[in-house]
Amino acid sequence: MTAFYAFFLSLPYAAAIEPHLPVLQIVIPLLCAPICVLLRHPRLSWMWATAIIWIAFFIALVLLGKVLASGLIIYEIGNWPAPWGIEYRIDAANAVVLVIVTAIGAITLPYAKTSVEKEIPEPRIYLFYLMYMLCLTGLLGITTTADAFNLFVFLEISSLSSYVLISLGGNRRALTASYRYLIMGTLGATFYIIGVGMMYMMTGSLNMADLQTLLPAVDHTRTVLAAFAFVVVGLGLKLAMFPLHTWLPNAYAFAPSAVSVFIASTATKVAVYALLRVVFTVFGHTGLFETTGIDLILIILGIVGMFAGAFVAIFQTDVKRMLAYSSVSQVGYMVLGMGLATAAGLTGTIVHLFNHAVMKGAAFMAIGAVFYVIGSVKLQDLAGIGKRMPVTTAVFLVAGLSLIGTPLTVGFISKWQLVQAALDHGFWWIAAAILFSSLLAIVYVWRVVEVAYLKAPPEGAVRREAPMFMLVPMVILAGATVWFGIDGDTTLRIAGEAANALIGSVPGGKP
Amino acid sequence: MQGIVDAFQPLYDLWLSFEAFMVGPASPGLLGYWIVIGLMMTGFYIVIAHDNLVKKIVGLNVFQVSVFLFYILMAKVSGGTAPILAEGISVYSNPLPHVLILTAIVVGVATTALGLALVVRIRNAYNTIEDDEILAVEEEEDR
Repeated sequence: MTAFYAFFLSLPYAAAIEPHLPVLQIVIPLLCAPICVLLRHPRLSWMWATAIIWIAFFIALVLLGKVLASGLIIYEIGNWPAPWGIEYRIDAANAVVLVIVTAIGAITLPYAKTSVEKEIPEPRIYLFYLMYMLCLTGLLGITTTADAFNLFVFLEISSLSSYVLISLGGNRRALTASYRYLIMGTLGATFYIIGVGMMYMMTGSLNMADLQTLLPAVDHTRTVLAAFAFVVVGLGLKLAMFPLHTWLPNAYAFAPSAVSVFIASTATKVAVYALLRVVFTVFGHTGLFETTGIDLILIILGIVGMFAGAFVAIFQTDVKRMLAYSSVSQVGYMVLGMGLATAAGLTGTIVHLFNHAVMKGAAFMAIGAVFYVIGSVKLQDLAGIGKRMPVTTAVFLVAGLSLIGTPLTVGFISKWQLVQAALDHGFWWIAAAILFSSLLAIVYVWRVVEVAYLKAPPEGAVRREAPMFMLVPMVILAGATVWFGIDGDTTLRIAGEAANALIGSVPGGKP
Repeated sequence: MQGIVDAFQPLYDLWLSFEAFMVGPASPGLLGYWIVIGLMMTGFYIVIAHDNLVKKIVGLNVFQVSVFLFYILMAKVSGGTAPILAEGISVYSNPLPHVLILTAIVVGVATTALGLALVVRIRNAYNTIEDDEILAVEEEEDR
């Protein structure tokens, strides 16, 4: 990564651009998105989106390299100093999330081209790319900003565009799924601004670093307590924390395949990051996380979510919805790591952000490719799909093994990290819960594998793989699932730095 | 006439004690926050309780408007005027929450527009905008 940063500096004009990278990361996709409307042509708008999002990915890599080399980056928008101006701050934690979001966004695009041509009517395809870029902008904005209210604005940019993306699904149930997500998402975001407003009442500031120093003086007041509760519940809705997850399964199940891939691997991750930021940076000095017992509540909700999500997934006959419930379960692991509130636990959460994005992206891509070829994702229609689409099914198998947490896949790395973090605390029952919930994952993955490999394909079914544009991205993600599963050191080291960036600023924060 | 007024005196006393409770002895101006909470809960209740999809959006709007009011109220400085730069004005409301809430209003308008657009599409696809009927259709499909 640092070598990548050095490479960037050797490019022409790099020195002039380099200080402005934090804002360019967001401004480029934001300003370039409406151009899709002028282009109109499906293929042209696809090429345009690809160019812009790969640039965003490049910038994210450079930023991560810079952060790892030289630490915190602070960018003051319009040169207005904080706390009056809006500030962008990038440390290891958000640099990692930036890379995850842009990487998934970039790698989904070639996949999206083929899949969208089949699933969305041609006159509306350019709108898909417009919304895709706006959604990416919102997610990147949430990740970069160090201003509590600015975070709300970006949250709504990403949410509104994702409602539209979900409603583009072919089934009419995509509309009701999108509507329900709109109601829940708006409630969540409004809860968040109620909390921000209460913090502003007590401190007169919206800057996160400023709030961090100002909040401890007033942390005994009921207003700040209420603010904390509102913010946690509001963001909990966005990240689909059990029991606030009810919008998620249908939204993922009925969205177009490419949208399921993108949203499942990024949107909840960014919300998890936002909650981490609020809990450990904004409220980091108040100690409210421990004294109000929210850490214990998160641990319990995380564990219940792990089991409930996996349990319900077992009974699904629609494989996309099965994967969606599996996401509820996987979010449980992230919430659990957050509740442990140690550097080890947060490392587990952050490494799982990356690992889950990779494996769930691969799984949704595989099932989307199946939908592209046979036009169904129902379990009974997948009989013998292992023989008809061997590569796609192999990708699903790898992703499924990773969801279970088999060694040599990324799922193992994050679960192992979480088990260790729990044992550091002496919470052996948490470690046991992680292992048992993995057993449930075996059941739902096995249901698909059994149908795919052991049942005979229907009469007259021919062997036909998905097109190259879909195969290559999913094979890359499956490869990443195995690669980072064998070499977990790189991701764990970066996630460790990210965890330290979040928790290191907390006085008396547990190492 | 006085007789009628006297008859209502206990009710008026009750109102006065209610006001005193709402406003609080030392901190005038809490009444506004009570209104905010009342509106907020009304909107929230409509979102949860109503099956009609348009009414849900209306409830969502009431909920959001209560938050707008909340921000406007917190900006009020007692005795202050509108935050306009002019001769002789030294005490004025905090303009920052006003600006913040302008942004939130825009977001609210966008959300309402998108929500209503979705309702139109749902009406075309399901021929109803009652949530319970839609759920019944969907359960039928799942079976």
